[in-house]
Amino acid sequence: MSFAQWLFALANLGLVLLVLLLIGAFMIYGERRILALLQDRLGPNRAGPFGLLQPVADILKLVSKEFFVPPFADRTVYTIAPIIVPLTALLSFAVVPVSDNWWLADLNIALLYVLALSSLRVYGTMLSGWSSNSKYSLLGCLRTTAQMISYELPMGLALVGVVMLSGSFSLVEIVAAQELPFIVLQPLGFIIFLVCGIAETNRLPFDLPEAENELVAGYNTEYGGIQFAFFYLGEYLGVLLIAALATVLFLGGWHGPWLPGVVWFALKTLALIFLFFWLRTSLPRLRYDQLMDFGWKLMLPAALINLLMTAVLGLFWMEG
Amino acid sequence: MHEIIFYLTSAIAVIAAGAILIVRHPVHAAIYLIVSLLALALLFFLLGAPLLAALQVMLYAGAIMVLFLFLIMMMNLRTGQNRPLSLPAGWVPAALLALFLWLELLLLLTRSPSEKVGDVTTIGPKAVGNALFGPYLLVVEAVAVLLLAALVAVLYLSRRRQK
Repeated sequence: MSFAQWLFALANLGLVLLVLLLIGAFMIYGERRILALLQDRLGPNRAGPFGLLQPVADILKLVSKEFFVPPFADRTVYTIAPIIVPLTALLSFAVVPVSDNWWLADLNIALLYVLALSSLRVYGTMLSGWSSNSKYSLLGCLRTTAQMISYELPMGLALVGVVMLSGSFSLVEIVAAQELPFIVLQPLGFIIFLVCGIAETNRLPFDLPEAENELVAGYNTEYGGIQFAFFYLGEYLGVLLIAALATVLFLGGWHGPWLPGVVWFALKTLALIFLFFWLRTSLPRLRYDQLMDFGWKLMLPAALINLLMTAVLGLFWMEG
Repeated sequence: MHEIIFYLTSAIAVIAAGAILIVRHPVHAAIYLIVSLLALALLFFLLGAPLLAALQVMLYAGAIMVLFLFLIMMMNLRTGQNRPLSLPAGWVPAALLALFLWLELLLLLTRSPSEKVGDVTTIGPKAVGNALFGPYLLVVEAVAVLLLAALVAVLYLSRRRQK
């Protein structure tokens, strides 16, 4: 590769980064408006038309706050930890294909790459909780770790079904193989993936790591200003990532009649994001032992059964 | 450009590994180990083994080290400082053997410097799978039995004592 090509690749990365950060900021606005709508309130509607400038106001407020490290915290780790959360989410987007000729990278291990990054994500919450040196943060971080490890496993197993059907780890090839969306062939896999995705992003009803009424917000209790914004951004980018992945893996990605591929991709992703917001208004938080039981005693066996069924059926269909 | 990335990554891997010995705090040491493992994963990727790189991140950096850190946090080792390693008895022969190995390595490296590293052939996940479930099937089965044995052992050790 020549120098110009490297430069071009870097510029592309920068553009995608900017767009993703903007989407993340507006998702926060969107969630507040949708939550308000579903709860018969108005939500933020003062800054700009329909309150559309609310994210700008939020960012300005968070940036202008003091950069503060509590004296009892572990300085270095405390500063680095919040960056990990949005970073891993942003890196994952490199392999997500938006339309049939539009993606940053087409790795032949794309799916494993995404899973690997999602398993690194746990360090952000874990180290922030530990380095804050406060009991609420530590409890929150222990919960997060246990939760993320427990739900990573069924998530990965649910995806093996998709890999079996398409015969590839590459997300581009997986979408190309979906003339019939895999949700029809893998309904159980889709449900397991979505539930585990909600748990991985710590959203309701699985938001125990930041249960505000018992843990005072859990792992990010001691954070403020721009560092708090990193966690917040990371959470919403995580939601966007899970929605985009579910679209790519199960809902047929860019496939769809009449409209161009990008529009179909965006519509499916937005519908899933709306589902995330909807769940937040409708469901109560689970108890901690229920969460663990649900993960290990229901999700994991279900994922294993799904895998076995796919293998057996696939063997008969593909051979016969 | 690839070479720059390669040497940079190697340097990070070695420095992070060295830092594990120096830092005082167990959690910091664990973080350096994670960095070293990630750098190794990148090296695997550069050398044409993407599957190995992904598995290295998923299993070592993403699963095993998480459990390491989890344990360190659970046992709350924050006050106890990481004491400098005292040399175990009988370290001289071990050090001599290591020195010999290192000299051999240097000799080998200087002997064939002309052999240039050719174009890296990338080994995809499918090839690895075919190899594992083709010629190495027996080994995979043996590992599966070993893991099962480990699982049973853990269940036995963690059972509730009956009165």
